[in-house]
Amino acid sequence: MKPREIRLSTTPTPEAIAELRLGDIVYLDGLMYTAREGVYMRALEEKANIPMELPSESAANFHCSPAARINADGSFDMGAVTATASFRFAKWLPEWMAKTGAKLIIGKGGMSSRDYKEYFVPNGAVYLSTVGYGTGALLGRGVENVEAVHWNEELGLAQAMWVIRCNKMGPFIVASDLNGDCLFERENAKIAENIARVYEGTKPAVLKRYGETDDRSDEVI
Amino acid sequence: MTQHIPLSLIQSTAQTLMEKAAIEIPQDYLDGLKRAADTEDGDLSSFVLRAMLDNYEAAKEDRRAMCGDTGVPRWFVKLGNDARVEGGMVALEGALRRATAHATNSVPLRPNRVHPLWRTDHDNNVGIGAPEIEYGFEPSGDWIDLITVHKGGLFGTDYRMLFPSDGIQGIKRFYLDSLMAFGKRGLACQPAIIGIGLGGSKDICMTLGKRASVLRTVGSRNSDPRIAAMEDEFKELGNSIGMGAMGFVGKNMVIDCNIEVGYCHTGGMPMSVHAFCLSSRRAVARLWPDGRVEYRTDPDWFTPYQRRETVDWEPVQEAAE
Repeated sequence: MKPREIRLSTTPTPEAIAELRLGDIVYLDGLMYTAREGVYMRALEEKANIPMELPSESAANFHCSPAARINADGSFDMGAVTATASFRFAKWLPEWMAKTGAKLIIGKGGMSSRDYKEYFVPNGAVYLSTVGYGTGALLGRGVENVEAVHWNEELGLAQAMWVIRCNKMGPFIVASDLNGDCLFERENAKIAENIARVYEGTKPAVLKRYGETDDRSDEVI
Repeated sequence: MTQHIPLSLIQSTAQTLMEKAAIEIPQDYLDGLKRAADTEDGDLSSFVLRAMLDNYEAAKEDRRAMCGDTGVPRWFVKLGNDARVEGGMVALEGALRRATAHATNSVPLRPNRVHPLWRTDHDNNVGIGAPEIEYGFEPSGDWIDLITVHKGGLFGTDYRMLFPSDGIQGIKRFYLDSLMAFGKRGLACQPAIIGIGLGGSKDICMTLGKRASVLRTVGSRNSDPRIAAMEDEFKELGNSIGMGAMGFVGKNMVIDCNIEVGYCHTGGMPMSVHAFCLSSRRAVARLWPDGRVEYRTDPDWFTPYQRRETVDWEPVQEAAE
């Protein structure tokens, strides 16, 4: 069965978000900003003023550092764009969402259903995963313009806050919904049925490690 | 008089290699992924593989990097025993560092390299120990091979000290553990070229596994037929988990499995596992003193000389030259 394809604004209505189903393919239009550990630490721990009007300008936070450069004349060249793994940012996301009204968190690999239920759903937000990973060139084609780059001097190119105008940027996959269900955990559960057969005949290592689990339905994130 | 390979040729070729690696998926990996896409029947994992095939085309058409995470650029340099570089090896290292910095801006690549503690970013992928430059030698030839690899760095790799009593079943289990742990949610960006290092000392075990994943092509086999059979078996095993791209239900996790070995301590059997991702970026060029340059994507690193196990190297073909 072919997945459903949807165009979505980066300032989506509650109804548009409620429409989304796990596994839908999404293409984005509008302004999106990158924010990962550097931006979170600067905005939330160092209390720097966020240099954008959020969420009115954008409700889409991309866990991304682009392959991009700032030219001598101050213009930008953005080549490929892909996401970094989001689970590492759980520490900052609840406060970030409360502060910025972000409705779309976009990254790699998703969060746990606990994260979704605890602070995505109450904020009316969902998670979109990049595809691959990663379709950097396809996503790069969806960048209509680089509007600004903030905090480049403080954080460097890779951690700076890039403001991107998207035109049918995608594909992304809907990885959480307003029930707080998690696409990746659903897939994990299906795969778990087969684990015992694959491991048949193998035995635990002679030398153990602290914290080791023999439950392969566990995740390491 | 010995002819030197010109330094300017080394730097310009290195810059071209940086661009090729970032933009052009190697044909052997592309063929492997096309075969995977043809056999994949999971809805979501099928969609992902087709999107990746479109992505490689878009990268080549637009001359833009195939992935926004352009990895951590590094160099492997192989020298024929008679090769001489203008300015010597210090000059060569300077040229490779300049090429890395220049290409980071010109392609552009993501400036991924930072100080581990202070997070200082020179915005050029150059810093302490970066890019890594490693060397190998061959018994004859006046050429040098420049190989650049831009491997993603955070997930998919693991090391474990196993022991002879763990046996092949222990090796299989650690291999599966690595695929399970990092395959979920697609953290390893599979389907990947899985490299397994067996033996060596701890650091060399990691090096062997890394090189098995990044310096061998899809479809290559270890020259030891029993290890080659293990490579086939492990590829099959990884693809029987039921996990595909992004950790979705599917049957393609391993595009190929390459195993490299080195002699280790008699009491141990160290093992490492590495995953070279959906953006398996490598590019190679051979440079001669007369200015000739030949580009390719097969590093051809693991020659009989690299895998030698005798005290002296006395191959028959040496006498003919």
